[in-house]
Amino acid sequence: MNGAEMTRRRLMLLAPLAVVAAGGAAFWAMLQRMEQGRFDPHDIGNPMLGKKMPQFDLPAVPPSQGFSSSELLLAAQDNPVFLNFFASWCIPCASEAESLESLSKQGVQIWGIAYKDQTDKTRAFLDQYGNPYARIAADTTGNTFINFGLYGVPENFLIDRAGRIVWHVAGPLSDEMIEHQVMPAIAKARG
Amino acid sequence: MIRPVIVAAVTMCCLSVSAFAISDPREMLPDAGQEARAEAIGSQLRCLVCQNESIEDSNADLAKDLRAKVREQVKAGQSDAQIMAWMVARYGNFVRLRPPLTAATFLLYATPVLALLAGAAAALLGRRRQPDPPAPLTEAEQARLIELSRHA
Repeated sequence: MNGAEMTRRRLMLLAPLAVVAAGGAAFWAMLQRMEQGRFDPHDIGNPMLGKKMPQFDLPAVPPSQGFSSSELLLAAQDNPVFLNFFASWCIPCASEAESLESLSKQGVQIWGIAYKDQTDKTRAFLDQYGNPYARIAADTTGNTFINFGLYGVPENFLIDRAGRIVWHVAGPLSDEMIEHQVMPAIAKARG
Repeated sequence: MIRPVIVAAVTMCCLSVSAFAISDPREMLPDAGQEARAEAIGSQLRCLVCQNESIEDSNADLAKDLRAKVREQVKAGQSDAQIMAWMVARYGNFVRLRPPLTAATFLLYATPVLALLAGAAAALLGRRRQPDPPAPLTEAEQARLIELSRHA
């Protein structure tokens, strides 16, 4: 067997190993990103991200006032508004309550939209898990929910002074997200 | 005897295809033509909650709401393309059960053709590499062959 033949054989042996190593490295990188919350395999991506929020005008969950998209836009002039869709019947919504509270303590204004909920049940939910909201409106028909491209609760959005959706997560907010994603997005939106 | 069985089987198949999840007849449009159009559009739209069902097949609350949106727009005289665009604007191409050809889906659609080409190329190369057939036996070899087979 000559030298060229030997090299060829070695390459043939090493090629599958190299493929397996590359696959392993990619898989490890994916797991790392999932752990850090930078990659969610279930996230289908919201095409509304970067676009203006849809228009809406929603009734109140008494005693709080309801609100419209133009009121939200007005409030976003000074500081970005964090918009949270939730429901009293939604378990992950209860699990993100502490993170929302902490976000509100960091001076971020949070506006809430209760999706297909009953007023008394929404009130009971807020009594139990805390009320971090500056304003709460009720989306009883689910129209605003669909116009925002939602497919479940909770979902969270950050609206800048131009009314654009600058950050979004389809799922509950976490403290890691606040630190690594929301606060940097707010700083960027303030420019 | 076999005929009625086949007819029954075919009917069952058609029935199961059109057995959509509409549980409340009030959801349906009064105009049969419009309802058929709405069903055709809806069966092309993915239910975002139970992701491998169409909104016509799913019993999820959101699927019911999206069915209503499709019917609302069919009634208002919107075209199929306009209704599709309305859905894609909110939920992205993911909402379409048959994704369009884009840079991201190119491999998805091109894979059968690429696999066929790769197979054809491998077959061609394999054929080319075949060694030349051995030279015919010389007279001495033929004589030896005859001798050997005689002894066997």
